[in-house]
Amino acid sequence: MIFVNAFVVGGLICVLGQLLMDLTPLTPAHVLTLLVVSGGVLSGLGLYGPLVEWAGAGAKVPITSFGHQLVQGTLAELAKSGPIGVLGGIFDLTSSGITAAIVFGFFAALIFNPKG
Amino acid sequence: MPARRKSGRQTVTFSRPVAVVSAACCAGPLEGEGPLRGSFDIVYPDMLNGEKSWEVTERTMLKDAVLCALGKGNLSRDNIDYLLAGDLLNQCISASFAARDLSLPFLGLYGACSTMAESAGLGAMLIDGGFAQYNVAAVSSHYATSERQYRFPTEYGGQRPPYSQYTVTGAGALLLGHGPSFQGLLPRLTHFTAGQVIDLGQKDPFDMGSAMAPAAADTILRHFSDLSLPPDHYDLVLTGDLALVGHSIVEELLYEGNLVLKDRLQDCGLLVFDRTQQNVFAGGSGCGCSAVVLCGHIMELFKQAKLNRLLFVGTGALLSPTTFQQGESIPCVAHAIALELCDDRFVE
Repeated sequence: MIFVNAFVVGGLICVLGQLLMDLTPLTPAHVLTLLVVSGGVLSGLGLYGPLVEWAGAGAKVPITSFGHQLVQGTLAELAKSGPIGVLGGIFDLTSSGITAAIVFGFFAALIFNPKG
Repeated sequence: MPARRKSGRQTVTFSRPVAVVSAACCAGPLEGEGPLRGSFDIVYPDMLNGEKSWEVTERTMLKDAVLCALGKGNLSRDNIDYLLAGDLLNQCISASFAARDLSLPFLGLYGACSTMAESAGLGAMLIDGGFAQYNVAAVSSHYATSERQYRFPTEYGGQRPPYSQYTVTGAGALLLGHGPSFQGLLPRLTHFTAGQVIDLGQKDPFDMGSAMAPAAADTILRHFSDLSLPPDHYDLVLTGDLALVGHSIVEELLYEGNLVLKDRLQDCGLLVFDRTQQNVFAGGSGCGCSAVVLCGHIMELFKQAKLNRLLFVGTGALLSPTTFQQGESIPCVAHAIALELCDDRFVE
C-alpha cells in the first residue's frame, strides 16, 4: 500500500507549495528555498527519514527531499571524519542530482532556444 | 507671467488643437489573434520575428510603427521635428536604439505604461508652443523582454497569479502636427493633463492594476474638475492597462469622487485580448497595450465617426526590479490626453 502513502504525502507537499505560491507574496525561488530548508530541518529532527520509509517516492521526489539529503550526507560525514565532515559531506548524497541538473541544463541550452 | 493655456492645477488647453495626422501600430502573434486583430497595420508571425533576441524584435517593432505612420501621413523623416519615444526596458533601449536608425531629433521618455499619453501630450505641447510642426510620439513593449526585466525570464517557467497581466507585444506611433490628415477623419488633441505620482503602498509586482488604479482615478478626476466638465462630456474615457482588477477599482474610486461614467469607462487591457479565449489572466498591460488600442482600434472608431470625444488615460507603474526586491511599494502615474473630432475649418 506504499503507493497510496506516496500519492497522499507527495500530493500534500505539492499542495503546500501551491498554497504558498497562491496565497502569499513569496516568489517561486522563496518557495523552493523554504521547502528545501523545511526538509533539512525535519531531517535533522529525525522526522523526514521515517516519512521516506513510509511514503517512498512521495517524500523522495519533492524538493524537501533535497534538504533531507543535504542533512543526512552532512551527518554521515560528521560521524566519519569529525567536524570537518560538515563541510565535506554536505553534497555527498546530492552530488549526482546537482551534476545532472548542470549537465542537462547545459545540453538543453545548447540545443534549444526559447520562443516566447 | 502666468501660464495662459493652463486650466486648473494640471491641465493644459491647446490654443489650436493638434491633429493626429496619422497613426500606425504593430502587434505580436497573440494580439494578432485577439478581438482587435483587424486594426493592426503589421502583425508579426512569432515573438522573435527572425531577429536574434526579443530586445531586437521590440526595437524593430517600434521602428516599423514610426515608419508606417510616416508613410500613412505622406511625410518624410525630414519633415519631423522630434521623435518622442519610450518603452519599458532599462535605459529605454528600444526607443533609443530605434532612434539610432531613424535619424530624427530624439527625446527619450520613461513613463512606464503611461508613455503613449505622455509622449503624445508633450509632442502636442511642443507643436502648440510653436517649437515644432510635426512630431512623432511612439512607444513599444514586448512580453518576453518585460517579463525578463520585471519578473522572471520566461524560460524560468515561474507560475503567475490569476490577477497578473500579460504584457502586450506591440508598438504604436502617432504622427502629430498642424496639417491635414491623410487618413480620413482623425481626431485632434485638445487637452493634456499631466498626472501626479501616487503610491498607496501596494507592493506586489504582479498586481499592477491595483497599484495604478488610484493614479488613474486621480488624473481623471483632476481633468474633469480642471475643465469643469460634466460626466457625459466624453463618449469614452479609456484607461491604459488597468485590466480586470484595476478597472473595477478605478470605477469605484471615480464613483467615490462623484464621477459616474458607467459604460463610458473602458480599459485597453480588457479590449486588446479576449480573456475567456486567450490565456492572459486579468488582461493586457505594457506601453504597447494602450498604444496599439489607441493607434489602431480607437482611430478606426474615429474614422467611422463612432467616437467624437475621447479621454485617453495612460497608466504607468514606476517600479524597477531593484525597488521591488528591496521591498518598496509601487509609485504610479497616469497622464491624460483629450482627443476630439474637430471640424478643420474652425481650427485652421
